[in-house]
Amino acid sequence: MSNPKDLQSLDQPMYQARKAVYPKKVDGFFRRLKWLIMAITLTIYYVTPWLRWDRGPYAPHQAVLVDMANRRFYMFAIEIWPHEFYFVAGLLIMAGIGLFLVTSAVGRAWCGYACPQTVWTDLFLHIERAIDGDRNAQIKLAAAPLGVSKIVKRVTKHAIWLVVAVATGGAWIFYFADAPTLACEFLSGSAPFVAYATVGVLTATTYTFGGFMREQICIYMCPWPRIQTAMLDEKSLVVTYKFWRGEPRTQGRKRAQDAMIIDSMPTGDCIDCTQCIQVCPTGIDIREGAQLGCITCGLCIDACDKVMDQIGKPRGLIHYATSDDCELEQAGAPPRPVTKALFHPRTLAYFAIWCAIGLGLLFALGQRTRLDLSAIQDRNPVYVQLSDGSVRNNYTVKVRNMEGRPRKVEIKIDGLPGAVLWGELGDRASAGKSVQIDVAADSVRKTRLFVAAPATGEAAQPFDFTVRALDSEGGIDRDDVKFERPAR
Amino acid sequence: MVDHDGADNKRIDAPTGTETVGHEWDGIEELNTPLPRWWLWTFYITIVWAIGYTVVYPAWPMVSNFTKGSFGWTSRGQYDEQMKLEAAKRAPITDAIEKIPMADLPRNPQLMAAAIEGGRAAFKVYCVQCHGSGAAGSKGFPNLNDDDWLWGGDLQTVHATLVNGIRQPGNNDTRNSMMPAFGRDGILKPAEIQSLVAHVQAISHRGKDNAKGAALFAVNCAVCHGPEGKGNRQFGAPNLTDGIWLYGGDAETLTETITNARAGVMPAWGQSLKPATVKMLAAYVHSLGGGEATPAPALVAEAAPASAEAGNNVQP
Ligand code: SF4
Ligand code: SF4
Repeated sequence: MSNPKDLQSLDQPMYQARKAVYPKKVDGFFRRLKWLIMAITLTIYYVTPWLRWDRGPYAPHQAVLVDMANRRFYMFAIEIWPHEFYFVAGLLIMAGIGLFLVTSAVGRAWCGYACPQTVWTDLFLHIERAIDGDRNAQIKLAAAPLGVSKIVKRVTKHAIWLVVAVATGGAWIFYFADAPTLACEFLSGSAPFVAYATVGVLTATTYTFGGFMREQICIYMCPWPRIQTAMLDEKSLVVTYKFWRGEPRTQGRKRAQDAMIIDSMPTGDCIDCTQCIQVCPTGIDIREGAQLGCITCGLCIDACDKVMDQIGKPRGLIHYATSDDCELEQAGAPPRPVTKALFHPRTLAYFAIWCAIGLGLLFALGQRTRLDLSAIQDRNPVYVQLSDGSVRNNYTVKVRNMEGRPRKVEIKIDGLPGAVLWGELGDRASAGKSVQIDVAADSVRKTRLFVAAPATGEAAQPFDFTVRALDSEGGIDRDDVKFERPAR
Repeated sequence: MVDHDGADNKRIDAPTGTETVGHEWDGIEELNTPLPRWWLWTFYITIVWAIGYTVVYPAWPMVSNFTKGSFGWTSRGQYDEQMKLEAAKRAPITDAIEKIPMADLPRNPQLMAAAIEGGRAAFKVYCVQCHGSGAAGSKGFPNLNDDDWLWGGDLQTVHATLVNGIRQPGNNDTRNSMMPAFGRDGILKPAEIQSLVAHVQAISHRGKDNAKGAALFAVNCAVCHGPEGKGNRQFGAPNLTDGIWLYGGDAETLTETITNARAGVMPAWGQSLKPATVKMLAAYVHSLGGGEATPAPALVAEAAPASAEAGNNVQP
């Protein structure tokens, strides 16, 4: 800014208060679709932690559980260990590409139907309508002076909102601990502090985001609309006002007919009833064209279709359409059905990548071993000279038993001639070619192994530790290490 | 949009319907999009928060000091508090180790594992100065990893050595012995010492037999080191036939050893450390790989994994 005076001389304010949005109730195909998706997503969210899954006596029985304390992630039959986190990373990548896939097929459908911000805002709006009435009643109530009835309504509304918010935050914590136990602890006040803090924070955010911030989250805070702007192209479905059909708008149905009679001038189908604006949860006018504020919820389509029905015009003045199709339509082609726009090369490419990653993960899941050994040579000291002239090296060995039951395993050395091996509580006298240890269910057993070998041989001789499960299922893993000797 | 000096180029941007700020930088114009007001409020809240923070926490530098803050918080205080908490958490284990007789410790694998870990930490404080951080020792300071022990390598003996130390005056139970300084005190002549050196090297498979040295050994050394030179732990007399030398097995070092004698010392840790700590040190030293005659419960009988990375049964 070259001149500080400019700051004060601007016509637009530096800051803008939020323009209140009072979306009107609407019914139609997309509204029902939203109801359905809201029911499904909320059911998944609230019910999932309460599903049980029998994993035997050594593992938790919660179907979906993120066990932070013990660093385990359970999802039905699958158990993920920290070193297998790439499965979670793979799922996240699939989720990311899934969003690309959905976007390339149906545009911002995530924003319009499935995003938690959208779902919870929708829920809060319904509660608001149930208490305060529809759009007009809400506007009137907002302008009314504070009286008994207004206070009662406001208190009721905020109380219900808060209950929903607490329920939202409350459900979240059940994903991280045994749900029934935690529920009892939580209600009796004996749950860990972090549980209360999490519920507190999520209650506050749900209440604020759903009750007050609403479309502001989408417009100012969320990165997704920005990313999406870059991902949409002329083949993406966006909610479109077909201006070539709607313009010039006329006010009211009668005048539209009058104009036709009097002037025999063509008039557009839009009767400027502003229904589309009134139902819009982000308070925008879709007739201004595709814009960042449009989350493509389709409610304006429902609203306008109803108007079109009433004035006897074909539906679809506002509809999902790609910009390619719009050009064709403007040139006189009949509207292309939305389903035709779903599949194009980019969609198929995303779908192929998505499937490839999914299949890769499934394959890896089938291949993974549930017994794992990793050995490292102790470096301080590297070797120990023994009184009989031989040399000893020490190794720290970790055996992971990723099965939900205790297992007895045998650790052997391969490729070190003349070597003997003993464990932490054994000694040279009891040394042999292998040691057996018990590994508790679903745990890592860290132990030290001592290996003694003749002093003659390579200065750094590679060999393998092999672990083998001794139960009927078996399973084997190995790790290569070195045996070092003093230079002679 | 009238008479705004310096902002003549101000216009409404057609695609967005937003006013520009009226300036242009190489063809780039800026839209004057107003900030949402709530954003401003969050900014004010951070300011209030910051002021509150500097009131309750130590913050402002003064001439010779700083403001202490009304909470009285200090990082040192927090550290002390956490150390106290940790000590309280450890107390049951330390108490149990203190009470359990040394001989019974290996029979309690969980306690033994805890003792080894505690010993590992204590070793880094009290023992590394002489024995080295890996307990590998150095010339004159025994390597505790190997299987050669001057005074004995089973758990109880190691413990006794630790408690009473080695050659500590005024302690009746200390490990004590005195090798004569054969050369310095004129017991043996230098030539005799050389024969003795040759014999010692012979019995440790490093040289040819030396009859003169053997005879001298039988008279002068066998009392402590045994007729075959295999040592005697009662006197801390090292085994001279094995591959391990505390000071060195070469002729020069052996000559020096026989001439002036050796008498290493170690503090009596029982006097300065808590009994539990000494026990932990013994357990740790014994665990290094050379520990002897462990009344060995087979490794399989071990119940709890010692590692903190273990599974469900370990809560952080
Ligand atoms: S709802 Fe349809 S007819 Fe009414 S203003 Fe919107 S586009 Fe025009
Ligand atoms: S313009 Fe229509 S589709 Fe877009 S957010 Fe508003 S109501 Fe939903």
